[in-house]
Amino acid sequence: MLYAVLCYDSESEVSAWSKEMDDKVMADLGAVNQRYAEAGKLGPVARLMPTTAAVTVRKGATDDIVMDGPFAETKEQFLGFFVLEAETLDEAITFARELSAANPANGTYEIRPLQFFNPGVPIK
Amino acid sequence: MTELAWIDLALTSARPQAMGALLRYFRNLDLAEEAFQEACLRALKTWPEKGPPRDPAAWLIFVGRNSGIDQVRKRAKHQPLPPEEVLSDLEDTESDLADRLDGAHYRDDILRLLFVCCHPDLPATQQIALALRIVSGLSVKQIAKAFLVSEAAMEQRITRAKAKVGAAGIAFETPDAVARAERLGVVAAMLYLVFNEGYSAGAPDRADTPFCAEAIRLARLLLTLFPSESEIMGLTALLLLQHSRLDARFDAEGQIVLLDDQNRSLWDRALIDEALVLIDKAIRHRTPGAFQIQAAIAALHARATTAAEADWLQIDLLYQTLERLQPSPVVRLNRAVAVAKREGPEAALALVEPLAEKLSGYFYFHGLRGGLLKQLGRYREAHEAFDRAIALATTPAEAAHIRQHLDSMQREMAAAEK
Repeated sequence: MLYAVLCYDSESEVSAWSKEMDDKVMADLGAVNQRYAEAGKLGPVARLMPTTAAVTVRKGATDDIVMDGPFAETKEQFLGFFVLEAETLDEAITFARELSAANPANGTYEIRPLQFFNPGVPIK
Repeated sequence: MTELAWIDLALTSARPQAMGALLRYFRNLDLAEEAFQEACLRALKTWPEKGPPRDPAAWLIFVGRNSGIDQVRKRAKHQPLPPEEVLSDLEDTESDLADRLDGAHYRDDILRLLFVCCHPDLPATQQIALALRIVSGLSVKQIAKAFLVSEAAMEQRITRAKAKVGAAGIAFETPDAVARAERLGVVAAMLYLVFNEGYSAGAPDRADTPFCAEAIRLARLLLTLFPSESEIMGLTALLLLQHSRLDARFDAEGQIVLLDDQNRSLWDRALIDEALVLIDKAIRHRTPGAFQIQAAIAALHARATTAAEADWLQIDLLYQTLERLQPSPVVRLNRAVAVAKREGPEAALALVEPLAEKLSGYFYFHGLRGGLLKQLGRYREAHEAFDRAIALATTPAEAAHIRQHLDSMQREMAAAEK
């Protein structure tokens, strides 16, 4: 079985970390990752940029609406994710619009640039 | 993390929101600060035992508000005239706490807290000091150190600034869209000043100067509160781009390394990437502003792998746009750098010379003029310009940088004579 492990924390607290502390946390997490990667068990690892860098694409009456900021509702649940390499934000927005068009549900797509990405080892 | 460290972090990150709400309740900076201090002391006592509250800011507001009300009542008993105004305001605030904590007020609370620090009668340095003390919670000692003054002198400055703000009165009604936009503009300018204060400090002090990181934290906070404001995206991007060069801006001896000569592999790519996304977001709004344009210029530098490869034509055009938006001799001076790259020192000097009167007391004017004259082989005039620059330098690093210019000019002159 493959598992996604998602990380939640207070962004205002994390953004108040000093650079030294941020570096240390990343190094400590990296050490855990390293053990699992060496065992051939760890796939992609990513750290997202702050939510201020996010835009959100949601279905409107006629066309999709692109809004600044993260997805803020709490009644929907996190169902899946995609990692896209795009030259510009607009390219990423186009991708999200296509996903939205292909998806009959009223789902919302939050676009969060990655601050850190490690593709990990190949997993089955 | 130790217990004390996480509590300290939670208090720091909750501070703008909690202080903003307490200022709204008490309508008095000192009272709000005392109430917040008291709430922090109680947090240090109770959080280690009971664990952190779910919403630290709401906890601090609740506890701070109650202790503040006690204070006001105690003082009222000892004063011949009870502060009727304050107490009657308190009656209102006791109505429904849940309603007050629903988040709707936070935006304007934090904006107001930042805005009171920007009182136009306060000189820039006092605005900066006040914001770092009140909003960020930096100690007077930390602020005094960065401004190279004694702790007592800084304490006095902050006290005076607070008195001025208090005497001027603070607008507590919820601002309408126009007033809110005005406040945002003023606060953005102040955050830029905070950043610059840290940015222009010399290398030896920079490790002790949390101003740049603090300005970025507050800019991000502002953007969280006003997610669609393109100028706040621009401001945040600009600060991130300038901060991304921190490790490359000084050499091992603490001397300034110019943009052209910086080791670009030392630039912080994570900060640059975040800034580029913010600029992409801002452009989508098609509402250009001074911060967005300056960020776009900085981004062109960040995208180039070497100084020579930077898109100097675009940079020149962006400076021209900035000049139309915000005519200023300093912007013209910056544009001259791009013109020098594209068209050579003569064309640039033609832009620079007419600024002599307005910028005669400006270090960078004489530095750039000297550099251009040197390129043109007009060594005697270059020497004079460099001497003026050294006399106007505000940090040892600036002066040392000009001396490097003088030294390389001496070598050029010696080589020319041979």
